[in-house]
Amino acid sequence: MTNTEEKVAGVDVGERRISIPGFTEEGEQLAAAKVDTEHSHGGLGETQRKTVASAGSRANRHTGFDLAEFPQPNGREEEWRFSPLKKLAGVLSDEPTANAGTEDEPVDYQVKAPEAVVISTLKADQAPRNTVLQPADRAAVLATKHTEDALYIQVPADAELDEQVKIDITGIKAGLRGNAHIVLEAGVNSKATFVLEHRGSANFNGNVEIKVGDGADVKVISLQRWNDDAIHAGQHDAEVGRDASYKHVAVTLGGEVVRLNTNFRYAAEGAEAEMYGLYFADSGQHLEHRTFVDHNTPNNTSNVLYKGALQGESARTVWIGDVLIRKAAEGTDSYEKNENLVLTDGARADSVPNLEIETGVIEGAGHASSTGRFDENHLFYLMARGIPEDIARQLVVRGFLNEIIQKIEVPELEESLQEDLENELKIHGN
Amino acid sequence: MSTLEIKDLHVSIETDQGTKEILKGVSLTISSGEKHAIMGPNGSGKSTLASTIAGHPRYEVTSGSITLDGEDVLEMEPDERAQAGLFLAMQYPVEVPGVTMTNFLRTAKTAIDGEAPKLRTWTKEVKDAMEKLRIDADFANRNVNEGFSGGEKKRVEILQLELFKPKIAVLDETDSGLDIDALRVVSEGVNRAHEENNMGTLLITHYTRILNYIKPDYVHVFVDGKVAEQGGPELADELEANGYDRFLAAVSAA
Repeated sequence: MTNTEEKVAGVDVGERRISIPGFTEEGEQLAAAKVDTEHSHGGLGETQRKTVASAGSRANRHTGFDLAEFPQPNGREEEWRFSPLKKLAGVLSDEPTANAGTEDEPVDYQVKAPEAVVISTLKADQAPRNTVLQPADRAAVLATKHTEDALYIQVPADAELDEQVKIDITGIKAGLRGNAHIVLEAGVNSKATFVLEHRGSANFNGNVEIKVGDGADVKVISLQRWNDDAIHAGQHDAEVGRDASYKHVAVTLGGEVVRLNTNFRYAAEGAEAEMYGLYFADSGQHLEHRTFVDHNTPNNTSNVLYKGALQGESARTVWIGDVLIRKAAEGTDSYEKNENLVLTDGARADSVPNLEIETGVIEGAGHASSTGRFDENHLFYLMARGIPEDIARQLVVRGFLNEIIQKIEVPELEESLQEDLENELKIHGN
Repeated sequence: MSTLEIKDLHVSIETDQGTKEILKGVSLTISSGEKHAIMGPNGSGKSTLASTIAGHPRYEVTSGSITLDGEDVLEMEPDERAQAGLFLAMQYPVEVPGVTMTNFLRTAKTAIDGEAPKLRTWTKEVKDAMEKLRIDADFANRNVNEGFSGGEKKRVEILQLELFKPKIAVLDETDSGLDIDALRVVSEGVNRAHEENNMGTLLITHYTRILNYIKPDYVHVFVDGKVAEQGGPELADELEANGYDRFLAAVSAA
């Protein structure tokens, strides 16, 4: 278990903006400076980035559409070393969707969208399909290989949707393979919220690529409310246009294994992009979230916050947060944080923030990670106001998780997720 | 009429260098309607006294007693102390992420009173109290202390003081970090609680500035873990003029 002593209890060790060698107020001296691993890290269990060329740098990570380049992982690979490969076998095999084209397909897709939205499909060679998402692992390349017609949901330029675009993805049968590739495109200056809701049971391998037009304001909410026997691998990639605003929220409560890669990069300058995540792992669940922020162009901001709770003997969570600030990305402002609240003994949370900075001429770059039990100071404050310990604990846990729910900003979703969390908490009487 | 009685209190904390005794025999009695000021230099144990009264787990009472109307406070959990009528306005109020002020205030009020406040009157009461303390209405929807400035946190502590109506309140350096306007607003809140609820107050401070607004009946000079001298308001004037040198010299001589 990482860092779960009471004394560390939820305190953000090492949360601060890192200082960059050679960086001055003028911010000019620094062309060649490279930030190394001199900064201290938060939670235990973090990897230190290797400066030698290896699997370490995200810049060198292979991406592409050729399955031959992505052999079956053996578990020693950097991107697979935390994952339960046996359980993931059902999404890593080179297999088409079971019963494809029949009524017995294991995954059902329903789209509800306001009138302005255009729904169609895209073949592999039809843009914008495959222009945003570059498969970064075997699961992702398989999902696109085995999806002939990708669902394509297009919000026209200048359209401001007053309702969400709802994509219900429902697994019909545990153990049966479903592959999916979904393309979401928000036109210039449009405003849209996409809600992907995963329920039921399946071995689901689902890619989502999101093209955020210049000046657009886009939210993608991905809810993993699977049954306990579902397996889900997915890659969600976004490209964020000039002066656009993008927010991705992943909420993972159900599923036996969920492994989501959520990533974004920028098309130009002036954009603001955020990724939020909330996960709650019970015994027997492995919930893994990997985020990659690619600051490939100048003057963009990014913020990543993932929060998780774990309860039960074999509850397992993984968060890997990569941020790469490339040489070109001057003026970047970037922050990422992961916090885990361990509610019972025996659970294990891994938390690995990786920050690579290739230019010193930036506004800021920081990361933080903490994994612990209750923060005693929170408890004391509430108890000193007359609130009994059990209720104070409830408030702290709910509050901890609520911080992410508050980011969704879709009231009916927030309510139903709060109910789900209440049910999760009831299991252990918190 | 309530009385908080502290008798020969000794308190230690665990540090990396071992156990350290902070309070070395403190005796104080605070009754309803009285205002006591505790003044003293940094590190004299003033805040330790405040946290010990509230029941912070870090502080271990090695001997002595604290009673409220004869009830043993040291036997009570922190929440039971608050329910019994004690309140600590903290020097560094804690941010509680994800818990809104509205939810927090209602939950605490329910716990203290033993029943939920009537929704309509409670909402109005909170709104009025916030107005008097010049706290923006939108604070009700924000998370407890999250992103509040130092001054805002202190106002929110006094908001709770007014809403929870404790018998005895301990204010731990409530004046630190306040500008002159905020100091006046906060002091007015404390004075209102006195008048309306006949509250007893233990006011801990470095500076005499707040005593211009909250007039103490008694002043206790706190040095090296105990009360070095007691007197009336004139003692504060002497400290303002001469500082703590006279008391510190006495300690180092002893």
